[in-house]
Order: sequence, then C-alpha cells, then structure tokens
Amino acid sequence: MEIPYTVSSRPDTGLYNAKLGVWLFLASEVMLFGGLFSAYVFLRLGAEDGYWPQGLLDVPVGTLNTIILIASSITIVLGWASLKMRQYAKYKLFLLSTILLGLLFLVIKLGYEYPAKFSHFGAFIKKESLAEYEAYLGNQYAKDKGLVPRYEITGHLHEIEVIRDGKREEILAHSPSDIDRLRAQGVQIEAYKVAVDRRNAEPTNPANDRPSFIYHGSTEKIVTIHAKDVERASAFVPKHSQFFAIYFAITGLHGLHIVGGLLVFGYFFFFGHTLYRKNPEQMANRIEVAGLYWHFVDLVWVFVFPVFYLL
Amino acid sequence: MAAPITSHAQGDPHEHSHDDHHELGFWQKYVFSQDHKVIGIQYGITGLAFLFFGFGLMMVMRWQLAHPGEAVPVIGGMLRAIFGETVFGTDGKGAIGMLTADGYNTFGAMHGTIMVFFGIVPVAVAAFGNYAMPLQVGAPDMAFPKLNMASYWCFFVSCVIMLSSFFVAGSAAKSGWTSYPPLSVLADSGHHAFFNGQTLWLLGMVFNITASLLGSVNTIVTIVQLRAPGMTWMRMPFFCWTQLVTAFLLLLAFPPLEAAGFMQLFDRAFGTSFFMPSGLIVGGAATQWAGGGSPVLWQHLFWFLAHPEVYVLILPALGMVGEIIANNTRKPLYGYKAMVGAIFVLGFLSFVVWAHHMYMTGMGARVAAFFQTTTVMISIPSVILITALLLSLWGGSIRFTVPMLFATTFLPMFGIGGLTGIPLAFNATDLYLHDTYYVIGHFHYVVAPGTIFAIFAGIYYWYPKATGRMMSEFLGKLHFWLSLVFINGIFFPMFLQGMLGMHRRWYDGGATYEGLSHAYSLGKTGLEWNSFMATSAFLLGAAQLIFIYNFFGSLFTGKKAGRNPWDSTTLEWDTPTPPPHGNFDKEITVYRGPYEYSVPGASKDFSPQSEPPENEPAAAPAKH
Repeated sequence: MEIPYTVSSRPDTGLYNAKLGVWLFLASEVMLFGGLFSAYVFLRLGAEDGYWPQGLLDVPVGTLNTIILIASSITIVLGWASLKMRQYAKYKLFLLSTILLGLLFLVIKLGYEYPAKFSHFGAFIKKESLAEYEAYLGNQYAKDKGLVPRYEITGHLHEIEVIRDGKREEILAHSPSDIDRLRAQGVQIEAYKVAVDRRNAEPTNPANDRPSFIYHGSTEKIVTIHAKDVERASAFVPKHSQFFAIYFAITGLHGLHIVGGLLVFGYFFFFGHTLYRKNPEQMANRIEVAGLYWHFVDLVWVFVFPVFYLL
Repeated sequence: MAAPITSHAQGDPHEHSHDDHHELGFWQKYVFSQDHKVIGIQYGITGLAFLFFGFGLMMVMRWQLAHPGEAVPVIGGMLRAIFGETVFGTDGKGAIGMLTADGYNTFGAMHGTIMVFFGIVPVAVAAFGNYAMPLQVGAPDMAFPKLNMASYWCFFVSCVIMLSSFFVAGSAAKSGWTSYPPLSVLADSGHHAFFNGQTLWLLGMVFNITASLLGSVNTIVTIVQLRAPGMTWMRMPFFCWTQLVTAFLLLLAFPPLEAAGFMQLFDRAFGTSFFMPSGLIVGGAATQWAGGGSPVLWQHLFWFLAHPEVYVLILPALGMVGEIIANNTRKPLYGYKAMVGAIFVLGFLSFVVWAHHMYMTGMGARVAAFFQTTTVMISIPSVILITALLLSLWGGSIRFTVPMLFATTFLPMFGIGGLTGIPLAFNATDLYLHDTYYVIGHFHYVVAPGTIFAIFAGIYYWYPKATGRMMSEFLGKLHFWLSLVFINGIFFPMFLQGMLGMHRRWYDGGATYEGLSHAYSLGKTGLEWNSFMATSAFLLGAAQLIFIYNFFGSLFTGKKAGRNPWDSTTLEWDTPTPPPHGNFDKEITVYRGPYEYSVPGASKDFSPQSEPPENEPAAAPAKH
C-alpha cells in the first residue's frame, strides 16, 4: 500500500499532503495563540489604571531577538532553496545557522531576560498608604502630567526585616524568593529594604515616565517599605501581576515552540543525509514544511514584541 | 514513505500485491496499528466503553436523586471499595454506599466530560471518521498513518489520566464539565499539588485536545488530497462532508480551550490570577491571589470551544443518518447540495454564537442581543438539514432495517432537542430557564436520542463491513424499541421539572424545596418524576446489555455478510469484507454521484459509484 501525493503535488490542489497538513496545523496554532492574545486584550482592558505597566521590558534586547528570529527565517528559506538546487553542503550551512540563531534567541531569553525578572522585586502599596511613599511614587507629578497613578515600588531586594521568636532581625536577602521561604517557616515579615529603580528614586524626572527597569538598573538609594503597607510583594514571577502572568504564558509557550522547531532541525542536521540520498525532493519538502512552521513561530514573536515591549 | 518522486496512486500492480502480503506482527497489526480501519475500531471500542461508563455514573446519580441520602442497594459496598470513602459514605440507616455531596459533584462533572470528550466525539468523529471516510472517498488509508496512530495513543493517554483521577485523594474533578473558575481553581487545593482531580482533568483535556487536533488535520488532508480519480466534490457522500466540516470545527475551536487550560494550570500551579477576581473571599478569609483576573474570560474561552463542540457532536450524526436514509429509502437524498451548503453555514455560524451560554454573566444587553440574533440564525441551516432528511423519506420504498429504525428516529428526537432550544436562545426566556433541568433535557435530546441513536444506526450499518457478519436483526429491533421508550422516559420529564424551576445541580433532587409553602416550592409533582426517571435510566441501561451481547455475539454467530449486504452505492461497499490493509482490491474510478438509487432504466435499483455508465442507456424503462 502506498499513500498518494506524499512527495509530488496533487494536480488539482497543487499541494503535497504534508504541506496542506502543516498549513492546517498552523491554522490551529493561530487559534491557540489567538486565544492567549485575546486573553491579553481582555485582561488589559479590565485592568485598573496603574496596574498594567507600560514600557517595562528591555526594548533593545527585544529588538535584538526580533532581528535574530527574522534572520533565522531567512536562513531556513535559503537552506530550502539550496536543497531544491541539490547543493547539500550549502544547505547544511544554512541549516546550522538557523539552529545557532534559534539557540541564540533562547540563550538571550533564558540566560538574561527571564533571570533578570526572577531577581527583581516589586511591592504594590495599599491605596490607603500611598501618601507615605509619595516621595518614591510621585503620584502628584503623575496626576499633573496626566499619567496613570503609580502603586508599585520596584528594585532589588536588599534586606528583609522580620520578627522571629519575638525578636526583631534583619536578614540579608539574596533573592525575592527568600520571602516565600521565610513565610513558609512561619516568620513574620516586618519590612523590605529595597535598592529602588530610577523611577522610584527620582519619580518626578521626566526621563523616568516609563518604568523600563532592566536597561537602567537599580540605584544605590535604599527605601524601607513596611509590610503593613504592602498589598502584595514578590519577584517579577507569573503571580506578581496580570502583566507577568500573560507575559510568561505567551513567551513561555512561544519558547516551547522554538525548542520544538530546533529539535526538528537538529534531527535533520544529524540524520537527514540518508533521506537526502534516497529522495532529495522529499527532503526538500520536509525542510519546506518545517520552514513554514518556523516562519509561523517567527510571526508570533512579531506580535509578541510590540504587544509586550512597545505598547 | 520513501517513495520515488514519480510514483502516484497508479503504481505497479505487482508492487501492490507485494505490499499487501507483507505480514505485520500482532502488535503492529492490532495494537500499534497504522491502518485507519484498526484505529477506527480502537477509537470505537474505547469510546463505547466510556459511553457505558459515563452512563453508569449517571445511573448512580439518578438513584441519589430519586432516593436522596439512601445507599445504593446491592452494589453500594463495591462502589465504595472502588471509588473510596470521599465519594461513597454511609447513610442514616448504616448502609454502605451513599453517594456523598462531593461524590455527586464529581460524578456530575465526570459524566459530562466523559460523555462529550471521551464517548461521543471519539465514536462519532474519530471512529466512524477513521473507518468509513477514507473508504468512502476511495483512499488507501488516511494521509498520515503514523500521525493517525499518534492521535489514538494520545487519546489513550488522556483516557488513562482521566480515569486515574478517580483514585487520587479527593477524587476526580468536581467543578462541572465546564470547570468554571473561581470554583475550579480553588477545588482540590488541599490535596497533592499535582495529583489532584482538577489538575489531572486539565492535563487529560490537554492530551485529549492534542489527539483531536492530530485527527482533524488528518481528516481534512485525506478528504482534500486522497479522493479517488473521478471523486469530485459533489460526488462525495454526505457523511464525508460532515466529517470535513467537523474536522474544521475541531481544528479551530479546540485550541482556545487548550490555551484556557494552560492558563487554569498556571492559576493552580503558579498562583497567577488569570481567572481570579480581586478581593475574593473564600471561607471568610481573603485569598492569596493577586486578583484582577476574570472568571468570565474562562467562560468565553470555554464556550468558544464548547459551542462548536455541539456541532461536532451533531454533524457526523447527521452524516450517518443521511447515508442510511438514502440507502434504505432506495432514492437519492433530497437536496444534497443544499445540505452541503447548510453544514458549511452551520459550521461558520457555530463560531459566533458561544455567548448564548453566558446570558447570566451580566455581559450587557447589546452583547446578548448580538448572540441572540446569531443563535436564532443558526436554526435556518439546521431546519434545512432536518427538512431535507425528512423529505428524503417521501415516496421512498422504505426498508425498516435496524439502522433505518435508529436513523428515522433520530429526526423527531433531534427535532425535539432543536425546538426546545429556541426558548434558550432568547435572552428573556433563558434568564428563567438557565441552569434548570429544562436545559439538561434540551441538550440531552440533541445528543442522546439524537447523536447516540445515530451512532447506533452507524454501528448496525457498518458492522458487517468491519467484521464480515451481520448483527442480529431481532436483538437489534428489541434494543431499538426498548431504548426509544426508556430514553424518552428519562429526558422528557426534565422539561417539566425544569419549567417548575428545578436546578440542574441539586444533590437531593429538590427534596429540600418540596414542602416549602412560598414561591420557591417545587411541589410534589415536580419531585415525583425523579423515581420515574431513575427507573427509566436503569431499564435503559439494561436494554444496552442486549446491544453489548449482540455486538460481541454476532462476531461469532452472525449471518455472514458479502461485499455489499445493504445494496449500497458508496465506495466502502466496493471493497472485500472486511477490507484488507490498503482497502481496495481494484483500481477505483468514480463515475457518478453518491446516491444513485433506483435510476430509471438501470438493471438494478442501485448504481455503485465505481460502476461505469452502461454503454447503451435503455431508451425507455423496461418495466414499471
């Protein structure tokens, strides 16, 4: 038994099976990411003013990642074209560049962007206590300038003041996850001492109207935030806020798609030669189909970048 | 598939026979099979087993509704041994096996989940779609046999996860088959962080969705690419059209639920608050969630799947009924082209009606008006389909075979289900009927005596092709008449109870509200139906034993069936019985439409699609 049109195209549709299959798969992927992006819209529209950060993420790094992914899309097309011309060595080179570019994207994402968030700290101040922290929030300035109100003080966690066994102690914090660890031990947290970001150090400086915490880094200025004034405090992890929840959900799923694509390309890189010798046209088809998927993953990022980094 | 570039369907016949005789081992042939027919049967058996299991859950619930707080007789102890003490407690008289309130919720949630996602969709879509559709379009197999196998085993994993969730601490999911947050996010939070009912439910659904995505890609590619020469679009059997539209619905509607499932997992595992509103108080204490999320977001994402899902349940049923009606009336389907058009309109509209499930969420009158309009519009293609099927009966010489009995009964049953939906489509009346037994009655008429009867019709119809033997006609008819009576005995009183205001999730069947003198009293009449419905349910269950016996017994004792026992025209009857791996024993070319029955002047009353036109068409009908 033999399935027709696995390699050559069916005359009336002009497609071979796998190509139609991958287009359909991508249609369902559009709906998958569409569901998540519509959740983004829903949550953002429903968010109270001041609880959705704008301009928080590192734009230059995001731009770099965009360029890397677009470049990898170009190299995979060139690889497919080389296969069509039966230039195997050239194809291998282009495939290798695609894989390396994909890996570079992941290294930037997992080696820099995610860890920077996990080590950063933010505390939302209760509305009734906002006045006490006006020096760091600058709500009057924001109001005068027509900006959204500010509820959060961010920076690097320096020390945590706690009461353990009835005694006041100051603990040097290594990371914001220490908070959860201390809470789990049943220790009562009194205050957080935070080396704040520029925006909280100079809240009335127009250069700090957008938070952009990563690019500038924290200042030397230490601010004490009392736990009784805090609505909630944590690292920039998914549970920190709606923004980070949907950010990690979408970029995480996108990252998994990158990993999936790299596995396929890696398989072709190491084990593709057998098929190429047997049936070079089918090999080219496979790269075309995998390439279509890769373009889609690239396209998702083209939506992620403006939606999270720029808007 | 290391095929040379030039080889097409028309390969060397010697090569074919060589391939056909290539012997596969037992595991490759029957377990990890890539043959679409074996996979179809695997899906069918698994799905039927789940249908019976889901029905069993319902029988226990019906007992509880009819006899609140009484232990299940006879098997109570056994049920407790299986499902544990969370689900089955001890009643007031000390008898073991009373369904607890938590257990009732668990059974209710799992009944819905299992019937829809593990019973009907696997049987109606995956089993018949896999078995019959490639044969009907004249394909040697599905377009991607390995993907097909992956689809079944992905589904199998989801089945194992779902069933195993009954045996974790706290038992299986208990937030309804819709899993509405915040209830579902909070549920089972005291138990193991991962091995708890709701988390396993979400995980099982993710696997289930993946399986149906793989299957739907396969179905569409097979229909578009692998139609035999001459099988033009308008010569395709109606069943294949319904499978095509169904596959598109699954392909496009399921991913948003997958996204929502991921988000609910995030809420449960990482403490995000996608679906958790600000300031949620549970048990008198503020919750730890950051807040700002929206429970309504889940409802939107869920119903964006779950409304098209209704048509996923219905369309293949309509397809099967169409095949069987054409075959047994010995005449073409009335308005075949209009029916094809109607299912496309139906498929499209099903994507823009989802929020009619959410009139009670306070989403606003304008939004409700929009969804009310689209919902009423969807009745137009539905009525076209039912009318066309009804008119197909007109003037036919009807053979009342067992498949035909089930297929014709589908029409009025689906009709009741459809017509009772109209008051639910309108915002004003739905506000009263929402979440009452009226709703339960409505959609059960659509899927139980509707789709499940069509499934039975399909089983009786294609069984001889798959096994080479006929099912017993007498037992089939007995099964039909008993099922018809008892299934109505369960579902019709639901309309009456619903209009009296009985809520769908009451654990005691409304006993709390019976004696009340104020406006919320249900009165005695509403409650008396409970024991009638329970009796009907047990008798319906007993009637299915006849089917089970017939299904397995006929494998050995059934009358031998030839290639074409029903004198049918479509291509699946042009194969050896049962069809071998690779399906056809000759080159297939299609010369005519799918339902050329009783063609004037033809030598017999059916003209198979693959039969070339007779060279000399008779000038005048020979005998009439």
